[in-house]
Amino acid sequence: METTQLRTEPFVINLGPHHPSTHGVFRMRVVFDGEVVVDVEPMFGYLHRGIEKLAEGRTYTQIIPLTDRLDYLAAMSNNWGYVMAVEKLASVPVPERAEYLRIIVGEMMRISSHLLATGFLINELGAFFTPLMYMYREREKLLDLFDMLCGQRLTYNYMRVGGVSHDPPPEWWPAVKRFVQEMPSYIDDYENLITTNEIVLSRTKGVGVLSRELAINASASGPFLRASGIDWDLRRDDTYSIYNRFKFDIPIGTNGDVYDRYMCRVKEMRQSVRIIEQALQQVPKGEFRSNVPHLIRPPVGDVYGHIEAPRGELGFYLVSDNSIAPYRFHVRPSTMINLTTLRDLTIGWKLADLIVIFGSVDVVLGEIDR
Amino acid sequence: MIDIDNLKAAAQAGQTTFPPDWPGANPWLHALVYIVAIIAFTLIMILAFIYAERRGVARFQLRLGPNRAGPEGVLQAVADLVKLLLKEDIVPTLADKIVHLLAPVVATFPAMMIFAVVPLWGSGALLSDLDVGTLYVLAISSFGVLGVFMAGWASSNKYALISAMRGVAQMVSYEIPLVMALLSVVIMAGTLSLNGIVDNQDIPYLLLQPLAAVIYFLAMSAEVNRSPFDLLEAESEIIAGYHTEYSGMKFALFYVAEYGHAVAGMAIFATFFLSGWKGPVLPPILWLAIKMLIAFFISFWIRATLPRLRVDQLMGLGWKALLPLAVINVVITSIEVLFWPDGLTMWILVPVNFVIAAALVYIWSRTVSLRGGRVEIRTRTEIKTA
Amino acid sequence: MKSEQEQKSKQPKEPAQQRRILGTGIVKGMKTTMKGLLSKAITTSYPEQKLVVSKRFRGNEFVWYPGKCTGCATCAKSCPQGNIEIVTGRGKDNKYEVEKFEIDTGRCVFCGLCVESCPYDALCIGRDYELAQFRRSDLVQGKDNMVETERRKPSGYFRPKIEKTLPAQTLLLERAGRKKKRGAE
Repeated sequence: METTQLRTEPFVINLGPHHPSTHGVFRMRVVFDGEVVVDVEPMFGYLHRGIEKLAEGRTYTQIIPLTDRLDYLAAMSNNWGYVMAVEKLASVPVPERAEYLRIIVGEMMRISSHLLATGFLINELGAFFTPLMYMYREREKLLDLFDMLCGQRLTYNYMRVGGVSHDPPPEWWPAVKRFVQEMPSYIDDYENLITTNEIVLSRTKGVGVLSRELAINASASGPFLRASGIDWDLRRDDTYSIYNRFKFDIPIGTNGDVYDRYMCRVKEMRQSVRIIEQALQQVPKGEFRSNVPHLIRPPVGDVYGHIEAPRGELGFYLVSDNSIAPYRFHVRPSTMINLTTLRDLTIGWKLADLIVIFGSVDVVLGEIDR
Repeated sequence: MIDIDNLKAAAQAGQTTFPPDWPGANPWLHALVYIVAIIAFTLIMILAFIYAERRGVARFQLRLGPNRAGPEGVLQAVADLVKLLLKEDIVPTLADKIVHLLAPVVATFPAMMIFAVVPLWGSGALLSDLDVGTLYVLAISSFGVLGVFMAGWASSNKYALISAMRGVAQMVSYEIPLVMALLSVVIMAGTLSLNGIVDNQDIPYLLLQPLAAVIYFLAMSAEVNRSPFDLLEAESEIIAGYHTEYSGMKFALFYVAEYGHAVAGMAIFATFFLSGWKGPVLPPILWLAIKMLIAFFISFWIRATLPRLRVDQLMGLGWKALLPLAVINVVITSIEVLFWPDGLTMWILVPVNFVIAAALVYIWSRTVSLRGGRVEIRTRTEIKTA
Repeated sequence: MKSEQEQKSKQPKEPAQQRRILGTGIVKGMKTTMKGLLSKAITTSYPEQKLVVSKRFRGNEFVWYPGKCTGCATCAKSCPQGNIEIVTGRGKDNKYEVEKFEIDTGRCVFCGLCVESCPYDALCIGRDYELAQFRRSDLVQGKDNMVETERRKPSGYFRPKIEKTLPAQTLLLERAGRKKKRGAE
């Protein structure tokens, strides 16, 4: 090691699977020189459950509860991506009301997931749970609404091939409207607490910069990519469902540091509120589920269906051989592909920054390990 | 021996507090009574601080905090203590046994030793009225570093070692601003003895020396490892820092030691800046407790709100911001004390000092930046796969 | 600390540019937490106060109506895990009856596909969630403890007639909402 005249010896620390702030069971072997990170080797696989293999023995509808458990903090998005892939493969039409419901629920899921990601990022900076508790209050309200809609708070099993499983009860609509009216003032509260805080600024500005070339070369996606200044969002650039009927902005960062990723997520929350408001005004009456046979048999072929999940581009690759279960089911995990840049992001920073940068990538181990 | 006539006369005269040289001329009895009083006061204040922090921080976070053990949860600390007493004492195999055992002890007793020179319930009501009370306080508070370092070293755990190194660096670098801040109060009061400082405080020095108060509060938070300087036990990074490998009663001692240091620090703050035991109506010892709790309220309000600083930013803050400001404050205070005309009331100094403090902070915030950046790594090391 | 330029932003003021005096950001943050201190706690003391679960709540047990069940085993075929075991046979007087109907709630993920697929509305999912047992084998619900009782009520998941009779859910929106005007977008 070259550091002036002092001879220092690097040592290896195992930020192991049991750690209060690696989101899930994630292990990193880090080589330190004093406090400075010299090398990072991520090791995951502690949450592998064999979802891709299990899916080969289940019918297309029975896989939906399985996809809930991939990115368990944004389960609706997983359901939606999978169901869209099957609909593409089997050419199943989706009624209008179901599309609107999917978008409302998907954007609510985005708000909930970003609340959690931001809250835990600030928690890792050290602000002893207080901003997290405030954000959790809003997330609890969202989870109550999901509970009213489909009976569960975390693993929803809500989408079906050809629509959604339930029509919302009549008391759901005023509750969503009220939530959407109150949400911007809560987001202002969070910004007051965090965005102008000098300590947060000095710890996140310029830290963990992801350059544009590296982001594109590594196939990053989601707010992680947009914070580096690249204007790419599947909702606008590769439109699926009926997103082309809504007006919303895509927040873009400039530097690609931790602060920009945090700001991108906060601004995306505001835009999601905007989308939900527009959707609430336009929802038509009608069917919420088209007539599909009980056991779906898609024609022989393969399909790749992808959506803009809160954490990035979540893709599902299905190969069918005209039987009731898929021949191959593969998930493109957004966070695992984002995480491949971890080494380049963190080398040269200190231990405290390593944790913060890792938190800003916003991983969920369920998706990485499947 | 106990002077009964004196006590009776004092009671008839309506005095509600004990006279300062109670219970009499016998030094051993005096020492015994005060030792018991100090230990009782410290432990009760530690319990009160633990309760206040847990309920207070919980209320900041929109939840209730522990409210089941005892009426409204006052016995929660006792319940935790009983639980920790019954736990198994695990010592790592490669640990240095003697140092591992002594570290919590070394961390705890300085907190109580500081109270030997703090006046508790009146002028002269202390264990021993040292003429160099401030020097004693500063020397004893530097002891706390040793306990942290011993714990981190003896644990044979890399996390603990990182935390101990950070701790030594942090505590050593915040000693000097602490000393300088107290020095300006000493210059204004004219005496090093804490008893004398409280006696001379007609106007609380918080108003006369705002910059010194802020610097002392920040430096004391760093010495005591409270947020935003609590890197030593940064739970999200190094799990528990220097007390990772401690369990059972030793861990309970570290817990008590942490709050004990906070109690001692707040007591010094109350004595130097908030005029100690002085106050109307209520008994003076209650006033001391109330002032300590108010200072602690601000401390845990900050803890509930702010994230923590990184270690190089913390050192930058200590050396580049607090130290020059403290030195400049000493110079300004000396000039004021030297050239203050006799007879002019000290209240005029209050707005003058506030304006000077605000101007200094403003100039400093524009010129100094806590820059800490990325280190260039040029050579690659090979990780030995074991 | 450099200021940042954002191209498409609808924020009222750029945060870095408005911070001119050191400490204003921190003070704003502390005012927000002080507001939190002065407001009511939003948690409920659990065993003493319980919240009403939603009408479509998927609890941890099942409710079965033997009068309606025909033993067609559609539920068993739709379970992703294969938790449901049904044995039918000839009972007394040579009549067709369902001899065994067991659901292993230890392996169940409570997805509700069985409830959704039952053509006769004979199987419902329950509303209770405090059902911990000491042994894993006690979690298997057999014919005898799946019938509707006082304690074991069905939820309205995919059963609209039952959903109409259930009480309203306690929403955090109503307990901790605020009637403020909308903030800036």
